[in-house]
Amino acid sequence: MSKVLEVKNVEKYYGNKSNLTKAIDNISFKVNDGEFVGIMGASGSGKTTLLNCISTIDRVTAGHIIINDKDITKLKGNRLNKFRREELGFIFQDFNLLDTLNCYENIALALTIQKVNPKEIEKRVEDIARKLEITDILKKYPYQISGGQKQRVASARAIITNPKLLLADEPTGALDSKSARQLLETFEYMNKELKATILVVTHDAFSASYTDRILFIRDGKIFNEIVKGEASRKEFFEKIIEVQTLLGGDLSDVI
Amino acid sequence: MLFKISFKNMKKSFKDYAIYFLTLVLGVAIFYMFNSLDSQQAMLDVTSSTREFIKIMVRMLELVSVFVAVVLGLLIVYANNFLINRRKKEFGIYMTLGMSKGQISRIILFETILVGILSLVAGIVIGVFASQFMSILVAKLFQADLSEFQFVFSKAACIKTCIYFALMYFAVMIFNTITISRYKLINLLTAIKKNEKLKLKNPVLSVIVFFVSIALLGWAYWTVTVKANTLNTAEKAFELIIVGIVGTLLFFWSLSGFIIKVIQSRKSIYLKGTNMFVLRQLNNKINTTVVSMSVICIMLFMTISILSASLSLRNTMEKDLVEMTPVDLNLYKTANLPKSYVNAYGNVITCTEKQIEDSKYPITYTLENYNYDLNKLKDIVEIPIYVTDELTWRDSLGSSFEEAKLEFPGLLYDSPEEIVKVSDYNKIARVYGLSEYSLEDDEFIVLCDFDSMKELRDRELKKSNATITLDGKIYHSKYNECQSGYIRMSTSHVNTGIILVPDSCNLKEEWKEQYFLAANYNTDSEDEYLKIEEDFTNNTSQIIKELKNDSIELDGMTKNAIVESSVGLATMVVFIAIYLGLVFLIASAAILALKQLTESADNKQRYTVLRKIGCDEKMINKALFAQIAIFFMLPLLLAIIHSIFGIQFALSLLSGLVSSEELIPSIIATVIIIGVIYGIYFLSTYFGSKNIIKEE
Repeated sequence: MSKVLEVKNVEKYYGNKSNLTKAIDNISFKVNDGEFVGIMGASGSGKTTLLNCISTIDRVTAGHIIINDKDITKLKGNRLNKFRREELGFIFQDFNLLDTLNCYENIALALTIQKVNPKEIEKRVEDIARKLEITDILKKYPYQISGGQKQRVASARAIITNPKLLLADEPTGALDSKSARQLLETFEYMNKELKATILVVTHDAFSASYTDRILFIRDGKIFNEIVKGEASRKEFFEKIIEVQTLLGGDLSDVI
Repeated sequence: MLFKISFKNMKKSFKDYAIYFLTLVLGVAIFYMFNSLDSQQAMLDVTSSTREFIKIMVRMLELVSVFVAVVLGLLIVYANNFLINRRKKEFGIYMTLGMSKGQISRIILFETILVGILSLVAGIVIGVFASQFMSILVAKLFQADLSEFQFVFSKAACIKTCIYFALMYFAVMIFNTITISRYKLINLLTAIKKNEKLKLKNPVLSVIVFFVSIALLGWAYWTVTVKANTLNTAEKAFELIIVGIVGTLLFFWSLSGFIIKVIQSRKSIYLKGTNMFVLRQLNNKINTTVVSMSVICIMLFMTISILSASLSLRNTMEKDLVEMTPVDLNLYKTANLPKSYVNAYGNVITCTEKQIEDSKYPITYTLENYNYDLNKLKDIVEIPIYVTDELTWRDSLGSSFEEAKLEFPGLLYDSPEEIVKVSDYNKIARVYGLSEYSLEDDEFIVLCDFDSMKELRDRELKKSNATITLDGKIYHSKYNECQSGYIRMSTSHVNTGIILVPDSCNLKEEWKEQYFLAANYNTDSEDEYLKIEEDFTNNTSQIIKELKNDSIELDGMTKNAIVESSVGLATMVVFIAIYLGLVFLIASAAILALKQLTESADNKQRYTVLRKIGCDEKMINKALFAQIAIFFMLPLLLAIIHSIFGIQFALSLLSGLVSSEELIPSIIATVIIIGVIYGIYFLSTYFGSKNIIKEE
C-alpha cells in the first residue's frame, strides 16, 4: 500500500535559547493510503502542534513531512496555500462554517476557490450531500441546524475536494454523544466507502475506537501505538482505555 | 501612569485611529478655511460694494458654521463611539486588574485630549495652506487683483476653530464618561463573542419590494422632469420628497436580496471564486445598514446637487451679466405725480409742489435743472413709459386668463401693462444693440424674456384672434409669440412683459407713468468712470444731495452695481454650497468608513474560516476589496442617479438662470471633489479593514 503521509524526525521548539520548550520531540510515523489513524494524548502533549505542522499551518523546527511524495516543509507562500487547498481537507472542533452562507454554499465554497467549473460544482455538491445524508438541509443556514448536522456539512466541505489526506481536530469535541456517534459513522463511511485517508486528533477514547490505528503522544514523543486489526470496536476501546490509564497514571508522576 | 497608558494606546492603535483622525483633521481644516475668508488677501483688494457683500457673506458663513459645528460634533461623537466599542475588551481587562471606572474614564480623557490637540494642530496647518489656494479661487470669483501674493494667517479664525472644536471634544468626553459608567464587566469581557443575530429576508419578498422601490423612484423621477410644471405647491414637493426617501430606503432594503436572487440563477458568476461569499457578506451587511446607507445616499445626493447646481448658477449668472448690461446707466423717474397717493405699504404720501412740477418733465430736464453736466454722459436716450387700467395683465391674457389663474393663482392679474411706442423702444434697442421692430397701425408686440411668464403669454398669442384694446381701438398681435427684448437692465432675463404699440396709437398724456433714461458714461479712463458712477451711487454726491433736498426721487441702476451685486450673490451661494457640500461629504464618507470597519472587526472570524479552508491572502484581500468597493459605490451610484433628475428639476426652477451646458464643467468639478475625499476614505477603510482581519 502506498503511503500518503510520512513524518520524519520532526521536531518543533518554542521559546528561545534560555527557555526552550520541545513541543514535538523527534516524532516519526507513516500513514498509508486509505488508513483511518487517530492521534491521542492529554492536553499539552503536543498533538495539536503536530497536526498544525502536518496541516502546514505551522512550520517544523527540524525534520520532514512528506505528503503524497511532496516535502511540505520546503513549500512556501502561494504554493503552500495551493497545496493546502488541493491536497488537504480539514474538519475543526468548532465547525468553522460561514454563518452568512447556507449549507450548500458552504460546501460549494471549497470548490469555487479551487476554480472548479460551476456545472461540476453543482453535481459534486449534490453527490456528496446524498452520500452524507444532508440533502434536505442544504438550503438551511448554519444557525438553523444542529451541531451534528453542522459537523457533517463541514465533513462534506472537507471531502468534496477529494483531498489526499483528511485532517480532523477533535471533531466530536463540541457534540453530544448521539451526534458524535453519527459523525464517527460518517467518518467510517468516508474512510471505507469513499476511500478517504483520515488523520484524527482526539483525547476521547470513544472517538478513537473508530480508527484503525492509534498513536499515543506524551511530552512531544510517541509513547505507544496500537492497531485495531481484527479486534471488535469494543475490544479496541478497552485496549485504548488501558493505554490511557498507563499514559495518565505513570508511577513516577505519583511519587 | 495613566497618561503613559493613554500614550501607548494611541501609538499602538494608530491604525484604528486613522479614520477618526482623518475626519477630525478634515473637519478642522474646512472649518478654519471658511472662517478665515474675511482676512484673506483677496478680500482686501476688492471694491467697496463688493466688500459689503463679503461682510454679508461672512455673516452667513458664521451662521452656517454653527450648523456645521453641530454636524461635525455628532459625527465626532459617532466616530469616537466606534473606537470605544472596539476596545471594550481592553477596558474589561483594566477593570479585572482593579482599575476603577473613573481611572478608565481618565485614560480615555487623556486620549481624547491628545488626539484633539494633534488633530487641531494638523487641521489648522492644512487649513492655513488650503486657504491660500482658496484665496486664489476667491480672487477669481470676485475678480480681485492678486498680483502680489501674500501668505495669510487668520488668528481670529484659528481661535474660533479651537473654541468650537474644544466644545466638541468636551461633548465627546462627557459622552465617553457616560458610556463607561454604564459598562458591566461581564459584558466587556465577552464583548467579542457576542455575535449579531442573522436576519434573513424572504427572497421573493425582496424581489417584489425591489420592483416597488424602482416604481416609486421612477415615479419621482418622472414627476420632477416630465411633470415638473405641476409641482407648484409645497405639499406636492413634500409628497415627492417622502416618496423619494421611502423609495431609497426600500431600494437598499431589497437590493441585496434581489441581486442574490438574480446572480444565483447565473451559476457561472455565482460559483466563481469568493463571489458567493462577497455577495452574502453584502447581503448580510446591507440588511443591518439599510437606514445608514439611505442617509448616506441622500447626503451624497444633496452634496452633488448643491455643488453642481450652485457652481453652474454662478457661471450662468456671469454670462448673462455681460448680455444684460449693455450700457453704464439706467435712470427712472415717476411722471405725473398727483398731490397725494397711497403707497404699497398703505401710507398716504403727500407730494410737494416742486415734486409735482418736476414730475411733468423728463429726466434730462431734471438733471439740467439741478446743474448736472450732461456732457459727462453720452448716448443718452430717454423715453416715456405708459400704463393704463384699460390694459391689465388680465386683459392681455384674454381668453387664457381663467386657465392661467387656476395654474398661477398668486399672480397680480390687475397690474397694468407697461406700454411703449415702438419708435421709442427702437431708440433704446439701438443703444443696447437689440433687434428693432416695426408695426402697422393696428398691430402690437409683446416683449417678454422671463421664461415662465413668456410661456403664459404665448398661450394667448398663439390664438389667431389675440387682440388688445386701447382707447377704443383694437390692435392685433403681429407675432404668435413673445419677442425678446427689455428696457431695464437687471442681473438676468426677468422682463415679464412690455407692450409695443405703433406710434399712431393715442397714448394719453395722463397715462404717462415713468420717464426712462439710458446712457453711457462719457469717458475712457477708469478713474473718471468711477467718478461719474459716484455721482449716481454715492449718497454724498452733489446731485443726489440736491435732489434729496427737494425730495425728488430719481431711481436707477448702474452696470457696475449690477455686476457687483450679482457676482457677490452668486459667490455667496457658491461658498456656502461648497462649505455645506464638503461637510456633508465628509460626514457620509466617515460614517460609511466606520460602519465598514466595525463590520470588518465583527467579521474577522469569517476571514479566519476562509483562510482555514485554503483561501490565500490574495483571494481574501480581493474579496475584502470588492466588498468595500461595492459598499462605497452603491450609495454613490444611487445618489448620482438621484442627482441627474434632481439637478434637472433645479434647472427648471431656476428657469432661464442656468443653462444646461454650464452644468458639465460644474459636474466635472463636483466629481473631482467627491472623488478625492471619498477616495481617501475608501482607501483608508480598505487598508484599515485589511489590518483588522489580519491574522495575529
